[in-house]
Parts: sequence; structure tokens; C-alpha cells
Amino acid sequence: MAEEAFEPKIVGFLCRWCSYTGADLAGTSRIQYPANLAGIRVMCSGRVDPTFVVKALNDGADGVLIAGCHPGDCHYSEGNYKAMRRYPMLMNLLEQFGVERERVRLEWISASEGERFAEVVREFTEQIRSLGPLNWQENVAACCEAI
Amino acid sequence: MAKPKVAFYWCASCGGCEEAVVDLAEDILKVVDAVDIALWPVALDYKLKDVQAWKPGEVSVAFINGAIRLSEQEMWVKLLREKCPVVVAFGSCAHLGGIPGLANATSREEILANKYHRSPTVDNPDGIVPQEETHVNGYDLELPKFWKDAKRLDDVIDVDYYLPGCAPPPELIMQAVTAILEDKLPPKGSVLAPEKALCETCPRNDTKPDDMTIESFKRLATSTPDPDKCFLASGFLCMGPATRGGCGERCIRGNMPCRGCFGPTPDALDPGLKILSAIASRGEADTEESSRAFADSLADPLGTFYRFSLPSSMLKRRVTKE
Repeated sequence: MAEEAFEPKIVGFLCRWCSYTGADLAGTSRIQYPANLAGIRVMCSGRVDPTFVVKALNDGADGVLIAGCHPGDCHYSEGNYKAMRRYPMLMNLLEQFGVERERVRLEWISASEGERFAEVVREFTEQIRSLGPLNWQENVAACCEAI
Repeated sequence: MAKPKVAFYWCASCGGCEEAVVDLAEDILKVVDAVDIALWPVALDYKLKDVQAWKPGEVSVAFINGAIRLSEQEMWVKLLREKCPVVVAFGSCAHLGGIPGLANATSREEILANKYHRSPTVDNPDGIVPQEETHVNGYDLELPKFWKDAKRLDDVIDVDYYLPGCAPPPELIMQAVTAILEDKLPPKGSVLAPEKALCETCPRNDTKPDDMTIESFKRLATSTPDPDKCFLASGFLCMGPATRGGCGERCIRGNMPCRGCFGPTPDALDPGLKILSAIASRGEADTEESSRAFADSLADPLGTFYRFSLPSSMLKRRVTKE
């Protein structure tokens, strides 16, 4: 039996003010983009606790997108700066766990950038497709003793 | 009436938890007055067959310290679980995996290669590595199985209570022993320590600015912290904001930032990610480039954020792909 083609599962944490509205615009403008991204609306990219990202990866996601307002445009003035500072430290940490840096992406997408939102999702989906499945829990189980 | 009996046992540990019992000082006399110690390998000679002969319930409480790495440790803790109505995970290693749990940042093969081949102090021309079974002069010798990973006590047996700390401070040990003797134990599964973060009771809390920012991280090896100022505000990574208090701030008073041995506060799903979130957002950086430089000023995030808790983290361990 032929193996089923790998379809990446991607979780997107989208800021309510910019990126989620950008995704809405992509929809109302009928711009096509892959259905691999499951978008979750959050109040701010600064609300995205690193725990959310890691929980998504641990629970079966192959990639995570965090998208917020462009620096300087945050509805709460500096929430996206918090996201910006956490991101590289989380990447350094994930790399030590053996998770490829390319699996988590931080993007700034404004409410008017519907086309850009679609482009980011297209590009990121292909990137995750070429990395292959993460299968975190199965891989951990293979490195541990079953008792 | 006969005194209740307790057992102490150690697994993958350093002996510091045994030392903590001795550190009870005069209070240990109260403990010995109140209970009989039925098993304590560090101090008293008991054999496996003695423990196997215990009647179930004969020994009331087992205090088990250390992470679980060997099949022999698994056998012992399962035996103690079977015999004792109450099992307490004693210290960081049994509670969260502790320092031995950091072994999960590498693999069994790497550990053995370093220990028996690569290390510059090793003289092993025949490349001999310990085997689970060896035949020498007509004898069959056995060693316990060395597992692929280090586990918390909780991963191996059902645990009733957790006494945190590396090592648990005498005051908390005494409180726990008293609670057991007076039958005033909290609900099963409780951590026998306060629930608030260390910062709440930190003697330097007044010097922690409300809008604290951190430029980059300093290392203790190359700089000395101001003895009166909040460590984070001076650029030293301190786990205080996300670590359970109750330790008596022993490290802080010794001018050492908190390293997180008490583990996370009850609401944290993952100990390391909580502190990462708290401190990374405090950076001064305001561009992507300076954010990267800020992140890179912390040399070993995994070893720092999960110093005592890697086996209890959400991701559990490093995964290496063949």
C-alpha cells in the first residue's frame, strides 16, 4: 500500500489586530493559500507564551507560525517587541532539544497585507513539507526506555 | 505502642539528600524518638531480602531520593511502593529528574562513549565497556541495565507526596515528618512546600524595579553580583520569578541567583518555558538583530532553564535523528 503523502500540520497564532485581520482580508479577497494552517486568534503576539508554541509541537504540529503587527504598530504599544525578544531565545532552546529552527516562524503581517499573509502561509507550508513530519512524541518514545 | 517505621532509599543521586537528613541536627533525635528507621542504605546495613520480608504496611513511609536510571533502581522503588502505604519523592531528582535528568540532553551511547573511550583521563586500550552479563573464570556476573533515559520517580511508580529541593531544607523535612506523624497530610499528589514564587519572599525583592529591563546576561564565572541588588535587575539569570519558594532563600543569601531546584509554581505547565517567557520579554532589545544578540548572551538555555527539571519538561529530552 502506498504511503499517504505528508500534509504538514501548522498552528498559527495570529494577533487579533493585525495578522488575523490580514488573514480575513486574504479570505474576503479570495486569495488562495494552503489549508494546512490552523489559525488561532490571540489578542497580541506578546500574549503567545512559549508554552503555547511548544505545546503545539508536542501535541502533533509540524510547524508553528506566530504573526503580529509590524514593530511600532502594536495595539498595546510593545507586545510585539516581547514576541520579538522571546523568539530567538526560544529558537536557541528548541535547537538544543533537536527541533529544527525552521519549524517555528515569526512574521509581521498588517491588517492590509492579505496577499502577504497568503504568501507567508504558502512559503511556510512548503518549508515544513520539505522538513517532513516532526512526530515529537513518537521520537521521544524511541529515545526512552518503556517501562 | 510500637513506633511507626520509615524507610529512606536512594537511586541516581549524589548523597546530598542523605546529608539533608543529617542536617536536621538535634531535630533528628526527635525523629528517631518518634520513628524507627527500617531502611537507610547510606547509614545502616540492610539487605534486599530483609525488605522483601516486610509485611505490607509494616513500614509506613518510604522517602525515596534520586532519579531512576537503572533497572535495579526500578526494582527497588517498585518493591518499596508495594510495601509502604505512603511514598514521598524526596528532593529535586525524585521530584523532577534533577541534575541526573540533564543526561536526557544527550544519549546513552554518547554517555558511554565519553565515560569509557573519549575522556582524556580514560586509559582503556582494549575498549572495554561494562556489559549487563559477563562470564569471568566460570562465573556469570550481572550488572543492572543502564536505561536510555533518566526518569523521575513519578514516571516509574505512583508517588503520594513530593518534597522539593536540592537538597530539601531541614525545616521542610521536619514539617513533612511532623505532618505524617500527626496524620495531617495534604491531599495526595501535593508538593510539600509553599505555592508562591521565590521572588515573593526574596530578601532582595525591594530592589526589583517594576519596569525591569535586561541588557544582556552576565556570567557568574566572570562577574560578581552586587550582594544587595535583585539578580535579574543586575543582569544575572535568576529563576526566582518562576520557581516555588520555601527554600529559605539559601542561595540568595550566599549571593547566588536561584537555579530553580524547587521546581515550577503550581500553575506552570512547563518550568523552563515559563522562566524563558518571563525573562526574555524583559530584554532591552528593540530590533530583530539585537534580540538575537540578547538571546545568544545566554549560552545554554536548556541547561539553565531545565537544570533540575528536564525529564519533567513538556518536550522531555533531546531527540537525535539517525
